[in-house]
Amino acid sequence: MANSDSATIDLVHSQRKKGFELFVMGVLILCSLVAVAVTVGIVLSLLFEAFRFFERIPLTDFLFGTQWSPQTALRADQVAAEGAFGAVPLITGTLLISFIAMCVATPLGLLSAIYLSEYASKRSRNLIKPALEILAGIPTVVYGFFAALTVAPLLRAGGESVGLNVSSESALAAGLVMGIMIIPLISSLSDDVINAVPQAMRDASLGMGATHSETIRKVVLPSAIPGIAGSLLLAASRAIGETMIVVMAAGLAANLTANPLEAVTTITAQIVALLTGDQEFDSAKTLSAFALGLVLFVTTLVLNVVALRIVRKYQEQYD
Amino acid sequence: MSKTAIISAKDVDVFYGEKQALNKINLDIPENKVTSLIGPSGCGKSTFLRSINRMNDLVDICRVEGSITIKGQDIYAPEVDVVALRAKVGMVFQKPNPFPKSIYENVAYGPKIHGLAKSKTDMDEIVEWSLIKAGLWKEVKDRLDQPGTGLSGGQQQRLCIARTIAVKPQVVLMDEPCSALDPIATAIIEELIDELRNNFTIVIVTHSMQQAARVSQRTAFFHLGELVESGATKSIFTSPEDERTQNYIMGRIG
Amino acid sequence: MTDFITPSSQLKSRKSAEKRFQWYGRGAIFASLAFLVVMVGSILYKGSGAFTTTDVAIVVDLGPEAVDPANPQDARFEKIVKDALKARFPEATKRADRRKLYGLVSNDAGFELERFVLANPDKLGGEVRVWFRASDDFDILLKGTVDRTVDESERRLSDQEIGWIDTLLADGDVKRGFNWSFFTNGDSREPELAGILSALVGSALTLLVCFCFSFPVGILAAIYLEEFAPKNRFSDIIEVNINNLAAVPSIVFGLLGLSMLLNTFGMPRSSPLVGGLVLSLMTLPTIIIAARASLRAVPPSIREAALGMGASPVQATFHHVAPLALPGIMTGTIVGMAQALGETAPLLMIGMVAFIVDVPQSILEPATALPVQIFLWADAPERAFLEKTSAAIIVLLLFLITMNLLAIVLRRRFEKRF
Repeated sequence: MANSDSATIDLVHSQRKKGFELFVMGVLILCSLVAVAVTVGIVLSLLFEAFRFFERIPLTDFLFGTQWSPQTALRADQVAAEGAFGAVPLITGTLLISFIAMCVATPLGLLSAIYLSEYASKRSRNLIKPALEILAGIPTVVYGFFAALTVAPLLRAGGESVGLNVSSESALAAGLVMGIMIIPLISSLSDDVINAVPQAMRDASLGMGATHSETIRKVVLPSAIPGIAGSLLLAASRAIGETMIVVMAAGLAANLTANPLEAVTTITAQIVALLTGDQEFDSAKTLSAFALGLVLFVTTLVLNVVALRIVRKYQEQYD
Repeated sequence: MSKTAIISAKDVDVFYGEKQALNKINLDIPENKVTSLIGPSGCGKSTFLRSINRMNDLVDICRVEGSITIKGQDIYAPEVDVVALRAKVGMVFQKPNPFPKSIYENVAYGPKIHGLAKSKTDMDEIVEWSLIKAGLWKEVKDRLDQPGTGLSGGQQQRLCIARTIAVKPQVVLMDEPCSALDPIATAIIEELIDELRNNFTIVIVTHSMQQAARVSQRTAFFHLGELVESGATKSIFTSPEDERTQNYIMGRIG
Repeated sequence: MTDFITPSSQLKSRKSAEKRFQWYGRGAIFASLAFLVVMVGSILYKGSGAFTTTDVAIVVDLGPEAVDPANPQDARFEKIVKDALKARFPEATKRADRRKLYGLVSNDAGFELERFVLANPDKLGGEVRVWFRASDDFDILLKGTVDRTVDESERRLSDQEIGWIDTLLADGDVKRGFNWSFFTNGDSREPELAGILSALVGSALTLLVCFCFSFPVGILAAIYLEEFAPKNRFSDIIEVNINNLAAVPSIVFGLLGLSMLLNTFGMPRSSPLVGGLVLSLMTLPTIIIAARASLRAVPPSIREAALGMGASPVQATFHHVAPLALPGIMTGTIVGMAQALGETAPLLMIGMVAFIVDVPQSILEPATALPVQIFLWADAPERAFLEKTSAAIIVLLLFLITMNLLAIVLRRRFEKRF
């Protein structure tokens, strides 16, 4: 440090202090790299294990096969000991349940968002918005429990009374409940998007004598479409990746069907089924879970990237 | 009330919550003439304009007292429907605000919601008529399907005017329609306003006294929420009665 | 003639379209909230029963022949309970009847008696009236879940068993009370004895690990990105990465934990250590995003003031900016922790689904977590587990509500400072 009796002022930091700051900076950078490391870790471990799977089962069999029965062999020399690993029924099952969920969540979420941003008074908005967000805060295992033990039996009984045969683990029960779960995702994102539509648009339409709902349907919503599409994509990605509801309510029967009253299974439900309990780690059965995980990761990643890009572009448009 | 007055305001008070924005405004606006409302910023001229087609209803805390009549009908009477009112009293805003749709759709929007066209041919005629009236037809007739937001600022504002007159209102309110435009676009719009007065009664809020002098036959000067004086544009600009008006015109309040 | 008073028929229909549209909106909100109310309500209704329990008093013979006062732990307690039941209802002579009779009390009645004897050695030497936990079927009969009026073949309890229960009731040998053991026991195959303590402790240990990792890393990453990161491609990549990570399905994090932490690094399976690490990777984006937002909310004047006095950028950040942002960061962290507490799927992947009776003592022992316990119980065939599952959900929701209220209070208290 500078001498007290020195006439000059020391403008140079001590080396020790500088070293410490460099060290702190290094720690900071390291911490922010953790997020990147996690992504890299996910990609590497999924790719590595999936690669080992595809060494045993050809990729085309996996992607285009319509038969899913990942039996482990009873004896090592058994014929077709590896079972069948056609992912098509899982993919269609996932899509069917997500489609049902979106059919529930899109109208409910969108109409709620429109009402909250365009009609509701400030007070009721402040009450209803957090109440809707509770739906997003409830753990998915609770939804799964409710779907499996309340909604599914109700649907079954309801179906019976009109002469329909509803499976006790129907795609409908899982999809309905999942739809409710993603309502707040759609409503809060769409709410932001609708609020971002400039007031001048509304003024122009109202000033010509359009009613409020005409203004919303013909001016506000068309301008907000890209943002709303982004929010729907995010919700769809959430539905595809949702696990507990389908594990508990949709079951494990790999049916290739479009009938919502039948039981189907999903990618996530199969991953759980394949990996819970003790297993040898080298069997095709266990490794197939990572191949499914890779499909899931890539699908949701693509949806998210596209959705985030759309939303960001939309926000820039009105900045 | 003069014989030719179409709009007549009597003792109009406007409040935003506790704050009084307009104080006892009495003004008659004659038919098929251009009336300009001038005054320094915050004087209440835009507030008054927006209370003529009840756009102020959109502001929760806004309250209007007194009466405004159009052809003798009180527009604040409880049985009046704002939607029907606004179809008769259109508005053009400060910043051009075309909808993010095609030029055609922009103009057709009003007639569509009010059910003014019985067929596609009807609609085509209305769109063409409106764009001709707004002096935009020649420039856009070959690209009606292109987005209205792709036009230049001045063209956008003329599109907004076309959109407003497409519903055939009786009154067109203009809230500083040229403030966001360059001088050339402004000149075109001013010319247009002069032509439009043959079909419509026009009330225009403007910040520019030259513009008021150029386009309007009548002028009303607002100051601090009060109507200081109104009359023929020529007499307001050449021999104002009130000192405040004189100061403003001379550029001493601004 | 201008006319805006007599509405045309066209205007009338437009007006009713307007009304209809508003009702659609109200209907959508109502439907969503009604679902919430019905779901939570039905769980409360089903779960409330689990907080009370039924005990039965039986006179047992603790004479020297049954229990040797010198070595009380060697007595055959299960037999003593069975003999006492036989003595109470001598009419049950057939084997099948006897089995039903023994089924009135919990399977663990022998252990209960052992505990009682060891705790009260002074009671030895004669007949003593001891309270035993009633079996689950007995319990739910009293709670009215089982309908007595349906045909005998359709019920779990026969007329004979109901007769015994009614006798016990008439004699004042049955009492209902708050189910403390639900909070002090671990998991059990017997619903009347199953409790959530081991799962709660497992969740607490898991969250502790999760917090210890994600909180410091999250804050430091946020500080770097918000205060120091240069505007370049590298920072952009990190930013996009974090946003995308927030939307990766939770089960994928479980796969990462299984493949990396368990198989590559050889960490102990089913342990809160692995569970906590996996959950912390999931909550990291939430914490970073919240922390960045609250760092951004600190006015630049504070930074400038510190820098103007000769503090280095690192000092300015750690001495002045970060402390002011801390309440916001805490709020984000609590919200992230609440998410982690409710998460199930990734824990299934790393084996935290084991049947855990004992309370885990460290973060390296096998453990389970509350949501996983709910998942396991939801699958159990016994009717009485339905109410246990609902009760466990109630406890989980109470914890979540508390955490979120805390977050709201923190936010309210500190939000209007700048």
